[in-house]
Amino acid sequence: MIWQLDLIILLMVVICGISAISIRDLLGSAIMFGAYSFMMCLLWSIMGAVDVSFTEASVGAGVSTVFFVAAVFRTTRRTRD
Amino acid sequence: MEAITTLIIAKYNYWAVILLIVIGLYAMIAKKNLVKKIIGMNIFQTAIILFYVSIGAKRGATLPIIVHAHGDAAHAIHAADYINPLPHVLMLTAIVVSVATLGVALALAMKIYFHYGTLEEDEIQKKIMDREPDKVATSGEHL
Repeated sequence: MIWQLDLIILLMVVICGISAISIRDLLGSAIMFGAYSFMMCLLWSIMGAVDVSFTEASVGAGVSTVFFVAAVFRTTRRTRD
Repeated sequence: MEAITTLIIAKYNYWAVILLIVIGLYAMIAKKNLVKKIIGMNIFQTAIILFYVSIGAKRGATLPIIVHAHGDAAHAIHAADYINPLPHVLMLTAIVVSVATLGVALALAMKIYFHYGTLEEDEIQKKIMDREPDKVATSGEHL
């Protein structure tokens, strides 16, 4: 575990999480959530959990983002908060 | 003071876990939009998975695959040389469960949108009260 890389990725995880819940556009929010999941996958491969890492990369960053984008396209992009 | 600083610096993964849990709880409670609430739920789940994976991590350890397993079998295996793989295996299940809950939650949000025409929680409550004022009035107090 390289602690410099770990700290940088942790900071980016927190930034991506905050921006995912504060962007006033649901499509941008879904994309930021995909970035959050990918940063989380990098964090787990740094910590040595490679099986969790590639499951998260395929399921969290892939399928979840597709679900969010499909749901946003079938409903609305508008949000007030 | 020195001990507190050492504690904060040495356990920074757990501070990040606490921060992410607070972000997820804030999004679930304070945001009015249903999709934002679902994103908050997912951030909460990944924070808990990060907590469990941080428990299994060790400094100076390698992946949990035994070195020189074939050939010379007669050597000792030190547990401190390998990362604990048990939390990883448990959290593999949690990731799949989180995707299943995400699919169900988004399907429910889409049904709510097709029925009420909005994803905002307060607008939905207003439409419920406009649509059935007598039923809300007879059923006692509401929010």
